Amino acid sequence: MRILVVEDDKDVGGFVVRGLKEAGHVVEHADNGRDGLFMAASEAFDAVVLDRMLPGGIDGLHILETLRSQGSAVPVLILSAMAEVDDRVKGLKAGSDDYLTKPFAFAELLARVEALARRGKGEGPVTKLVVEDLELDLLSRQVRRAGKKVDLQPREFRLLEYLMRHSGQVVTRTMLLEGVWDYHFDPQTNVIDVHVSRLRQKVDKPFPVALIHTVRNAGYMLRAEQP
Amino acid sequence: MIGRSLFRSASVRFGVVYALLLAVSATALALFLWWSTAGLLDRQTQAAIHADAQGLAERWAGGGIPALVATIDDRLAQNVDDDAIYLLADPAMRRITGNLQRWPPVVTQVAISYELSVIRSGMRSMAHIQRFDLPDGFFLLIGRDVQIRAQLEKMLKDALVWAVVMVVLMATVGAVVIRNLFQRTLSDISATTAAIAGGDLTRRVRLSGRGDEFDQVAEVINDMLARIGRLMDGVRQVSNAIAHDLRTPITRARTRLEEAALHASSPEALRAAIERATADLDGIVGVFQALLRIAEIEAGSRRSSFARMDVAPLLRDIEELYGAVAEDRGVALLLDVPEHLPAYGDRALVQQAVANMVDNAVKFSPPGGAVRLQASVNGAVTVCVADQGPGIPAADRARATDRFFRGETARHTPGSGLGLSLVLAVAQLHGGELTLDDNAPGLRATLRLPLAEDADTRRGPAGHPAAADPRP
Repeated sequence: MRILVVEDDKDVGGFVVRGLKEAGHVVEHADNGRDGLFMAASEAFDAVVLDRMLPGGIDGLHILETLRSQGSAVPVLILSAMAEVDDRVKGLKAGSDDYLTKPFAFAELLARVEALARRGKGEGPVTKLVVEDLELDLLSRQVRRAGKKVDLQPREFRLLEYLMRHSGQVVTRTMLLEGVWDYHFDPQTNVIDVHVSRLRQKVDKPFPVALIHTVRNAGYMLRAEQP
Repeated sequence: MIGRSLFRSASVRFGVVYALLLAVSATALALFLWWSTAGLLDRQTQAAIHADAQGLAERWAGGGIPALVATIDDRLAQNVDDDAIYLLADPAMRRITGNLQRWPPVVTQVAISYELSVIRSGMRSMAHIQRFDLPDGFFLLIGRDVQIRAQLEKMLKDALVWAVVMVVLMATVGAVVIRNLFQRTLSDISATTAAIAGGDLTRRVRLSGRGDEFDQVAEVINDMLARIGRLMDGVRQVSNAIAHDLRTPITRARTRLEEAALHASSPEALRAAIERATADLDGIVGVFQALLRIAEIEAGSRRSSFARMDVAPLLRDIEELYGAVAEDRGVALLLDVPEHLPAYGDRALVQQAVANMVDNAVKFSPPGGAVRLQASVNGAVTVCVADQGPGIPAADRARATDRFFRGETARHTPGSGLGLSLVLAVAQLHGGELTLDDNAPGLRATLRLPLAEDADTRRGPAGHPAAADPRP
């Protein structure tokens, strides 16, 4: 995927660019707002990682507002040292799709950027999610694996739905908390791990092949077994 | 210098306004008195003169000069009040009869009322006089002595002059009194605020105890000072916390990295050490974020996202989120929540506060124990989380909401010591309170939030110190 990184800090910028390249993406880097705006407006990207505070008179929010006013729908993740709730709200209001505060773990950034880029290519509304022999019917709210019905609590259903919508991608604990529970703070205790482990008991344990995998230092991934 | 400051003073302005009002009302009263006394006498005099003239004219028409002379003499003799003045003169202006010695030279025209001083029976006196011309060239002069009225007028004039003097005096005295009253009340407020501005945050405005407007202002100021004090304490606590409590994990991370750089025997060991140090740093960042969030809440800037909310589904969600964790630890999380709990507040903050309470309770519960998450409405939305853990000794309970406070019993349980600080901050932001009680055994934490209906009539959450607030 083609990703634009607009970040003025040399270390952070270099780190993000290297990491994204290692993950197999094509990355362009702009280290000031002017170049960032120019590149974002003139080239096609699958996702933009945008630092909020940039030198050169054009800050991240300005770039974002300009892009949106030009009708660009490119998914944007704002990266900011401003962690107050109001800053976050301001960023989302300006049209960003996600907001990550510094300092951040690269795994979190990567997972979120990939989720955004994928979402940008939405295939329209789906009624059924399928990964290997696991089927999740969004209309009848039923889950089947290998033809057998799997009984899930409503929240477990939503957790599985989230994992399946992001199948093949890393999903962090924070993303799950936000996406499934609508919690926007760190609950300290490993609540997510417990819920995922319960889901595994029902979805993976009775079957020979595990679909939900733990990704070390990052989170979880639901994917088909690699051939 | 004194004069200038005197007129710049608001109290003096009040005094001057008071004096002006006094003067205006005094003048109005005097004018009315004048009109209703002197004016009335004047009008009566005119009426009497006219009546006299009418009567005399009839006599003249009936009997000519002799009858007129007789009547005048008669009337003069019968005039008890001794205020009537008559003078009948022949065509050469010589006196025929009457009680004036000669015709006053100024009286030259008919139908005009003259007011002049006359000499009557050897006495000088004020009189109202009118001239009537009779046929055959005779002249008649009818008047009334108004000496008494003139005296009354003089009296009133004197009284008015004195009244003006009195008004000025009273206004001045009043202004001074009002000014002193104001200054005495305001000087305490201004002295207190000046002391606060100078850095002495312990000062408070004295209340007179009368519960008047000044006391109300003083109370509001004291409330404000208490809040500033709490905020200052918060800032101090955060600085202390950063100085002391964050030093430990930072030292640990630093040691790990240096240790690895110096002694790591293999790339794997180095990588593992770096990962552990990164985890340590993430923990430090977490503490920072929690601190900043508490500070943000205490600053009160989040009230913009206040709205009517139902706490009940939020509690059910929390039970659902933590229920699994509790079960894993062999702890029963029991929910007892009514259908609806209408409150007014910030949903995300209440969610986090209750989550912190439940997190604490589950964390400290022994296996086999139970954590009760109860909620009810009795004058406020009350959310109660009770565990059967070690609890907090009564002596420590007041400090349990301090940042980084970790009770002896909590030494070996992971945590930052910020959980209850956040709950307290959220409670105060909402104008509610957090209380910690003994659950015998265990801890019972109760969060009270104002009802949705109360919030509409409230003047705004004023940061009332909660019962568990350890700070003064």
